[in-house]
Amino acid sequence: MKDIHIEERVVSNHKPKITARGVQVHYGTNHALKDVDVDILSGTVTAFIGPSGCGKSTFLRCLNRMNDTVAAAKVSGEILLDGENIYDPRVDPVQLRAKVGMVFQKPNPFPKSIYDNVAYGPKIHGLTRNKAELDEIVESCLRKAALWNEVKDRLAAPGTGLSGGQQQRLCIARAIATSPEVLLMDEPCSALDPIATAQVEELIDELRSQFSVVIVTHSMQQAARVSQRTAFFHLGNLVEFGETGQIFTNPKDPRTESYITGRIG
Amino acid sequence: MTDAAIHPATPHGPKTLLAPDVAMKRRNASEKRFRLYGIAAIAVSMSVLAFMLWTIFSDGISSFFQAKLTFPVTLSSEVLDPKGNGLREEMTKVTTIGYGKILAAAFAAELQAKGISTEGVSDKEISELISKDAPGVLRARVLADTSLLDQTLELSVLAAGRIDGYLKGRVTKETAIRDSNISPAQLDLADRLVEAGILKSSFNSRFLTSPDASDQRPEAAGLGVALIGTAYMMFLVMIICVPIGVATSIYLEEFAPKNRWTDLIEVNISNLAAVPSIVFGILGLAIFINFAGFPQSSSVVGALVLSLMTLPTIIIATRSAIRAVPPSIRDAALGVGASKMQTVFHHVLPLAMPGILTGTILGLASALGETAPLLLIGMVAFVDNYPSAPVEGFLDPATALPVQVYSWASRSDPAFIERSSGAIIVLLAFLVIMNVTAIILRRKFERRW
Repeated sequence: MKDIHIEERVVSNHKPKITARGVQVHYGTNHALKDVDVDILSGTVTAFIGPSGCGKSTFLRCLNRMNDTVAAAKVSGEILLDGENIYDPRVDPVQLRAKVGMVFQKPNPFPKSIYDNVAYGPKIHGLTRNKAELDEIVESCLRKAALWNEVKDRLAAPGTGLSGGQQQRLCIARAIATSPEVLLMDEPCSALDPIATAQVEELIDELRSQFSVVIVTHSMQQAARVSQRTAFFHLGNLVEFGETGQIFTNPKDPRTESYITGRIG
Repeated sequence: MTDAAIHPATPHGPKTLLAPDVAMKRRNASEKRFRLYGIAAIAVSMSVLAFMLWTIFSDGISSFFQAKLTFPVTLSSEVLDPKGNGLREEMTKVTTIGYGKILAAAFAAELQAKGISTEGVSDKEISELISKDAPGVLRARVLADTSLLDQTLELSVLAAGRIDGYLKGRVTKETAIRDSNISPAQLDLADRLVEAGILKSSFNSRFLTSPDASDQRPEAAGLGVALIGTAYMMFLVMIICVPIGVATSIYLEEFAPKNRWTDLIEVNISNLAAVPSIVFGILGLAIFINFAGFPQSSSVVGALVLSLMTLPTIIIATRSAIRAVPPSIRDAALGVGASKMQTVFHHVLPLAMPGILTGTILGLASALGETAPLLLIGMVAFVDNYPSAPVEGFLDPATALPVQVYSWASRSDPAFIERSSGAIIVLLAFLVIMNVTAIILRRKFERRW
């Protein structure tokens, strides 16, 4: 994998934001995720890689309980966010999702105006007291998502009218508008062209300063480019988890090595 | 046998691309045939529709026009107010017969004044040219306004149904020979009246406003009660069905767990949509009239029965509209921390709205045309009084447009057949209005997104 450029990066000893221990997911009779232990550190980008159907997206969706909407999915084990078990019966998943935002594989802006797309989260969580504050949030989120300059003159235009890359950045702006602590991204660039991908990747790196970012990706180059830590999933198992540089240059597990050299996957 | 079958060794046919091979020709021919079948099918259904509309309109449009006799009438107080005190209570003792005499006398006087020959026609036959409905209308008018007494009014009264039919070509002198209600001499007189400008056909607004009339007075029959009854029922069906139907669909589609019970409910809803409407009529008779004790032929019972029928249609349409909303929108809303309810009301319902509206209005349109269950709950009754204003009016006897079509079509006088077609035109107009509303609402909601 000589074509993979790995940045020299300092992985500081950030404290864990999310701690997952012994997470198992069953879809009916299908054992989709087997005994996964992962620590997501704050202020870092963590990439989940692995072949299709390996459970990386499933695990990502456990982190904000999006799997709750799938009736057949059964999650066991424990996932702690700042030391609190998010699967505790007292936890309201709606509240959790305001803290753990998500960006999906396909850009899915609401069929509303650009402004309303970003303002929706703050509105329903009552984060603002008046229109001026809301305007401010919308602007700052669109700026953070590197979209402000492109859309500032047409905030009332429908979000669905933007290009694919713009739509995905709009979704990122929408996700960060609720000021989450963790941002989950499920293959955010798979529907984008290389230029839009580069923009989103750049954005991810900037977002790292404020959020812990977890990104699921099919592209190992992308994982190498944007992440500090990488987890490799295979057939529902977490095979290897460590610093990105180490995973790509010196994998410990033979399966990881086969995958990153293109022999399985 | 074709070449291709004889030489299976050359599966790709001739080498050139410039001429189609045998198999290709066959495929193209079958494709062309299929397209022709489609065009033929559409042509057949269009021509049937055109024929149907043509029949209805050619039969029914004449019901909007009615022959009327115009002549001056002096409302003599000697006849109408025998005690001379102008009290309404006293005047009600004069029946329509008294008014009939006044009309007949005034009509005869007008004929004489205009010098129209009444040869071969008796006085009684002359008075028969005036509709039997006219005295009643005049009486109601005088009783409502006693100051009309002793005035001379230029009245325009309905002509008898046969005279109207003569002007419309339904009655001819040949048929009049065998008709006990009209004689050729009367028709000759009618010709002279037309010439003199006394007898004219003009737009008949009473067709839309009057209540139904008895068999002897087809010229007076109107759709007034049926229109009010239909409007009341549609209103009630809407306020019953839309909230229940939409709430049911949202619950089943978004909240209900998928288990044996919801499966059972689903199967039952689909089956209810297929139950023949007359069964709902029996159910309505048993439950709403016999058990719950609602008055017969009232709009509210009709509306409840129609609601039972319409609900499954609305639920099925609404559910499919909700299901058609892409799941990515639900994910997006849940992902930013919207609750299930917020997701549904802020995102799913607005997107499903065009579909819900279309389904609802189509369901209402089918309820509008429903006849069988209404027959069973007594809405076919002859209703001569307008239902009062809502809300009490919902309990008053009423009838409905399709039922009126049915009851007119089953009467013997051909004048009613014309009215039946006229009522169908009104019913179709209602349907067109509803469908256009559906399209407009759909457009409006779609443009917002």
